[in-house]
Amino acid sequence: MGSRSSYSPVREMTGIIAAADEHYLPDSIQRSAKILVVGSFGVGKTTLIGSVSEIEPLRTEELMTTASIGTDDLSGLPDKETTTVAMDFGRITLTQRTVLYMFGMPGQRRFWNPWASLAEGAVGALVLVDTRRVEDSFAVLNQLELQADQLPFAVAVNRFPGSPQYTEEELREAMDLLPQTPVVQCDARDRVSSILALADLTRYALAIEKGSV
Amino acid sequence: MSVFDRFDEFPEPRPVPSYVITGGRARPTRNTIRPETLLVAVNDAKQLPVTASSEKRALLKMCHRLLSLVEAAAYLRLPVSVAIVVACDLVDEGFLRVSGEFPADADSNGPGARPGRPAMDLLEEVLRGLQKLV
Repeated sequence: MGSRSSYSPVREMTGIIAAADEHYLPDSIQRSAKILVVGSFGVGKTTLIGSVSEIEPLRTEELMTTASIGTDDLSGLPDKETTTVAMDFGRITLTQRTVLYMFGMPGQRRFWNPWASLAEGAVGALVLVDTRRVEDSFAVLNQLELQADQLPFAVAVNRFPGSPQYTEEELREAMDLLPQTPVVQCDARDRVSSILALADLTRYALAIEKGSV
Repeated sequence: MSVFDRFDEFPEPRPVPSYVITGGRARPTRNTIRPETLLVAVNDAKQLPVTASSEKRALLKMCHRLLSLVEAAAYLRLPVSVAIVVACDLVDEGFLRVSGEFPADADSNGPGARPGRPAMDLLEEVLRGLQKLV
């Protein structure tokens, strides 16, 4: 662990009581924004967040009861069954007064309800797609439509070695995207590439807000 | 090694159900605290009452400097929804304050704006900030 020893998640209420100094925000920060990074399992959400984040990505858990799981078939489980769903997130200080949070959200339908409220106030959602499994993104896109139809989203194609090369038109058609929805190529491992994808999404969200889309 | 492996070092189960921590409530007293909301302890606040829960104490200590709710929750290993309820109580009781401008949403931003959407100037600042990073 070595270099991570300064990383001190509180493990006991009576033990360590504060985060390491460098994990706190500068006092000049006055507001926060957030972008959701969504996509199916293994598509590179946490990789992208880690590429951009100034802190090591953190994981948090949310409780989920069977009542909130919705349409998943859990009929065999007792009523009070609870489970947890994990969410990874990162942070980047943008200006002296503004910080951006990036939340990675699992695409599976049953994971959405605990995070539906995350869409509130978000800049938008970056939908990561793996061209080897484009069909995995259908559920994610459906959920965006159902749960957060006000939320602007852009599609970022995360290039994996050996992944099939489709033209943008082919991808748009496969994913049934609106003509104005941005589709960008990105390498989630690359900081600049990831930031450019986030910027494209933000530009699109801004255009929508201005009514120019 | 995955960056998350460190969490496996602390496998202790949560001994207290979350409804005990939150006093039986599933919803916070106000809707103004979100995961990204910035929190900081009130400097000249009185001491927490001796009856305050350990989670309350821990969250207040964690926020002795500026931190988002979700980061505090992650460091404290509290579910976000539980941390929000605890944070709302601390804000209501005057121990913790929401830092800076809040909400930065369009609904506080005049007519024609859409609820739940960020203010236009925040979007502009995010875009400028991201472009500056590359």
